[in-house]
Amino acid sequence: MAYSEKVIDHYSNPRNIGTLDKSSKQVGTGLVGAPECGDVMRLQIEVDELTGIIKDAKFKTFGCGSAIASSSLATEWLKGKSVDDALKIDNMDIVEELALPPVKIHCSVLAEDAIKSAINDYRTKNGLSPIEDNKKHY
Amino acid sequence: MLNLPIYLDNNATTPMDPRVLEAMLPFFIENFGNAASRNHAFGWKAEEAVDYAREQIAALINADSKEIIITSGATESNNLAIKGVFEMYADKGNHFITVETEHKAVLDTCKHLEKLGAEVTYLQAAEDGLITVEQVAAAIKPNTVLVTVMYANNEIGVIQPIKEITALCKSKGILFHTDATQAVGKIKVDVIADGIDLMSFTGHKMYGPKGVGVLYVRRKNPRVKVTAQMDGGGHERGMRSGTLNVPSIVGMGKACELCRLEMDADTSRLSKMRDRLEKELLTIEESYINGNIEHRLPHVSNMSFKYVEGEGLIMGVKNIAVSSGSACTSASLEPSYVLKALGLDDELAHSSLRFGLSKFTTDEEVDYAINHVKEAVEKLREMSPLWEMFKEGIDLKAIQWAEH
Repeated sequence: MAYSEKVIDHYSNPRNIGTLDKSSKQVGTGLVGAPECGDVMRLQIEVDELTGIIKDAKFKTFGCGSAIASSSLATEWLKGKSVDDALKIDNMDIVEELALPPVKIHCSVLAEDAIKSAINDYRTKNGLSPIEDNKKHY
Repeated sequence: MLNLPIYLDNNATTPMDPRVLEAMLPFFIENFGNAASRNHAFGWKAEEAVDYAREQIAALINADSKEIIITSGATESNNLAIKGVFEMYADKGNHFITVETEHKAVLDTCKHLEKLGAEVTYLQAAEDGLITVEQVAAAIKPNTVLVTVMYANNEIGVIQPIKEITALCKSKGILFHTDATQAVGKIKVDVIADGIDLMSFTGHKMYGPKGVGVLYVRRKNPRVKVTAQMDGGGHERGMRSGTLNVPSIVGMGKACELCRLEMDADTSRLSKMRDRLEKELLTIEESYINGNIEHRLPHVSNMSFKYVEGEGLIMGVKNIAVSSGSACTSASLEPSYVLKALGLDDELAHSSLRFGLSKFTTDEEVDYAINHVKEAVEKLREMSPLWEMFKEGIDLKAIQWAEH
């Protein structure tokens, strides 16, 4: 299969691999996917207490090159955004940026789910109700 | 100087030996005759070349040259053997016994026959990929006509207990066919000593050309016949019609001769090389060899690396050409039914690589492959959340994973 240059770049030089302290109140963690399906993404955000801006984002992904690239790109986009703006990241933006083929769209969906899941974890920890995801992906 | 990528997928196909090509070349333009033309020298020359090739092929497997039926490859040979027995021995019975880890050319042929009224028993291989003669014995029925068990498996290289099974079949008057595609030319295969009635193999897995294969059909004790699946001019003792592909048959003959003469030396070198590859890769934590390691082809290794995903791994080892099987169902990588049959899908997450060495593989290439795989696995684990969880002692099976 031919991967786009951007996928290969993220796969070869993934941005922001790592782990944040998931017990911290300022850190939201999203773990999505399943090993049997061949993709598991863990995405974490660290939110600045005063400004509400995401000051750090880290990921680890078990999956194909497109899944790794989708989560790597997501962390790049998350940094510097407010939590509300982060919620606006749409999986199709990732598809477009990475030129993902149709069989790999699920990788971008998973990345969006990981973002939402991390934000909800952060919200729950800080006494806010989780955001309902009404978006239909398929 | 290493040429990248390095070819380590020799169970898929092998490069041709230059000596094979040399033997073939005169039969394209100079000696182009039809081996079935009886009236002139063009035909005689072609026939002579085919007869000689038949001798070379027969010598490799200790057969008689009259027992060599030329086909287009092992897939056709498997079809001809199984469907041919189904038709030829219809009055004797309609029950077939095979193994669930066979090649698709055998499995799908059996499935096809089931639609035509055959009854097929698919034996389950053990975790190490092997079946036992007791399993075969237990599956035999009064209407069993054929047992078909591959000599050596194409994915994990395990060698089935052929002699024990053929002895059983003989005592029951049941025919035995084997798909020996991966074994012939690599290890000693002797149709007399092994008690084989029908055997499929092909040129391109043994440094010969593609598009030519053989079905060995025993002529004595017992005399075996199969119904032709290709009708026409009655070539190949009426079992396979079609003008003979003279250059490829000459190439197949030459390939068989070279294997007969050089196989032992190649085998001992390759098994050492394979063992070194495995020993080095086993130093990677949570890596495993798939299949029985005692009864196995000398040049094949199938290894699993836990907590890395198959497609990601293949992308990471782009400088070596290997085959990947994954027991999990990633979107575009087909899970290996052979590995699944061995129970490997019980493990949550791993992917496997099949390494197939050839007589042209060098130590330098193996060294490169070892480092390349080590680096790729390490890199992917560095970014694998599952690896991190494993390292923290978290039981992955205890986690409620979200479906997607």
